[in-house]
Amino acid sequence: MSSSTDETLFHVVPDEHGRFGGYGGKYVSETLMSALVELETLYRRLSEDEAFQSELDEDLATYVGRPSPLYEAHRWSAVVGGARIFLKREDLNHTGAHKVNNTIGQALLAKYMGKRRVIAETGAGQHGVATATIAARLGLECQVFMGEEDIRRQALNVYRMKLLGADVVSVTSGSRTLKDAMNEAMRDWVTNVDDTFYVIGTVAGPHPYPMLVRDFQCVIGREARAQSLVQIGRLPDALVACVGGGSNAIGLFHPFLEDADVAMFGVEAGGHGVDTDEHAAPLTAGSPGVLHGNRTYLMQSADGQIMETHSISAGLDYPGVGPEHAWLKDIGRVNYVVANDDEALEAFHTLTRVEGIMPALESSHALAYAARLAAQMSSEQTIIVNLSGRGDKDIHTVAALDGIEI
Amino acid sequence: MSRISERFRQLTARDRKALIPYIVAGDPAPSVTVPLMHRLVESGADIIELGVPFSDPMAEGPVIQQGHERALKHGVSLQSVLDMLREFRQADRDTPVLLMGYANPLMHMGYAVFVEAAAAQGLDGLLTVDIPPEEVDDINRELKRAGMDNIFLIAPTTPGQRIEQITGRASGFIYYVSLKGVTGAGHLDTAQVAHRLADIRRYSDLPVAVGFGIKDAASARAVAEVADGVVVGSALVSVAAQVVADGGDAAAAIDAAGNLLLAIRQGIDCIAS
Repeated sequence: MSSSTDETLFHVVPDEHGRFGGYGGKYVSETLMSALVELETLYRRLSEDEAFQSELDEDLATYVGRPSPLYEAHRWSAVVGGARIFLKREDLNHTGAHKVNNTIGQALLAKYMGKRRVIAETGAGQHGVATATIAARLGLECQVFMGEEDIRRQALNVYRMKLLGADVVSVTSGSRTLKDAMNEAMRDWVTNVDDTFYVIGTVAGPHPYPMLVRDFQCVIGREARAQSLVQIGRLPDALVACVGGGSNAIGLFHPFLEDADVAMFGVEAGGHGVDTDEHAAPLTAGSPGVLHGNRTYLMQSADGQIMETHSISAGLDYPGVGPEHAWLKDIGRVNYVVANDDEALEAFHTLTRVEGIMPALESSHALAYAARLAAQMSSEQTIIVNLSGRGDKDIHTVAALDGIEI
Repeated sequence: MSRISERFRQLTARDRKALIPYIVAGDPAPSVTVPLMHRLVESGADIIELGVPFSDPMAEGPVIQQGHERALKHGVSLQSVLDMLREFRQADRDTPVLLMGYANPLMHMGYAVFVEAAAAQGLDGLLTVDIPPEEVDDINRELKRAGMDNIFLIAPTTPGQRIEQITGRASGFIYYVSLKGVTGAGHLDTAQVAHRLADIRRYSDLPVAVGFGIKDAASARAVAEVADGVVVGSALVSVAAQVVADGGDAAAAIDAAGNLLLAIRQGIDCIAS
């Protein structure tokens, strides 16, 4: 950690304008501004409201199944060599990923605001499923926007959302992936802002979303921190998480930010390699700009057009990243690195075979980097990897790469 | 006085409402844009609003989104939009032109570099959909230095206190978004618009133009009854694109858009008589 960083900074971001250093903010059309102000005002009040917090905690315990275990992957650690590796098992949450931590929180906000309808964008489908799930439980109408290309890649999750009663809208504009689904969700929100709550799935979007999604996901890091003190007897030496928009990573990292001895690695999707045009690694190979309501690192052309991205995992296939990550990169608190498609795939197979845990392809990027990192560390040292989701949804993708038709 | 303010002053003196057509620069093809701008002026445009193509036009409905996509396929960039403006200015020094677009291409070029280049080509104003007052100070500083107007949106959801915050930073005119929705939406409520314009005028003496959902002479006339100006976008983009899709050439597309604007001009001018 940079010695010049004032540790108390981590408590005060974002500022009242929603800025993390020079990132974040509220770059949206005027029609949405009062909805964002209303949301922020309510959220700031409810985040200190005991009844709201205890309702949230109750849901996390009895509906999501928290706390999620911290599991020591002995056999996988032995295979990769070096440090002891622990997995934070977000894949065991209800709906199979970390996404539900946030949708529960936002759905409660929607309920307190009296909204009858929720909308969401989704890439891999995990956030869409998590939103549809909560909508079913609370009796809210739910519409999920999903790129045509992602609908093809994630047929299983599309069907799950439909079973849950959600309407899945195929987005055919632009690159037909997550960024276009987010554009379309914004357009719907502008039109139906009176009765609709927009459940954003990651720590991006206009303020207050990056802040409130982070806060809801911090349960991951709070638990992991307490569990490591009990199970390891001290804090871990390193944390590793994949970064698309970055919600599972910020959820794990944030409660450790002031622990200067804990190193942090956010793993972006290297696709076919960051030296090609086919990747999704804006922090590694992009530059700052404005997309979807916030200033952050983006994949963009020389003319400031947003570029199409590539990743084997639909959930990381996004040209932007949460503004807090942009700030954490610039101040040097978190290291942002990449794992390519083939490395993620190899990690997927290895973990499945030696631990009997099938990781999501998104989480497999974190595993791939953790394997590299562990090999350079000693057996006295420890790493926590956020296993952000389960891999069942990716079986078709993996099978197709292996030349198998299911 | 800016060219935009001067234009509104002249219109008021002649008891005429401003007609502000919007087209996407480079759509349906880059060679069409400058001749189309001239035709729009001949057909009764008072101010031209030129859309800067962007890969992620969040506030646009399907018609204008496709216009952005077509322009980008032709490789149109912010720089090429400025080149089109320079070409337009060679034959027209009088008609105010404003650019409407999104923050990222401007930010990527650099606000200071953009404003200096745009001022040199004779740009009069800028409307950036995703730069609300909270984020506007950096670019406003540059615009003021160049004497260029910053046109702000006010929406049906904007409360009174915010209207004041916006009008305090605005110049040229105010753009009132007639409905909750994207460009080209079909649920314009003129009575509601009239009510909101009265709210805005309580805070500002700037002219107020109304856009979103105005597609023909009748809806333009209804809005012009209560507003100082009318913006027409999707209808023009759509009619030109349709001609090309049906196999028509550039001249036919320009004719179609020009004729539609002329009909709208006549519709608006009926109010005075």
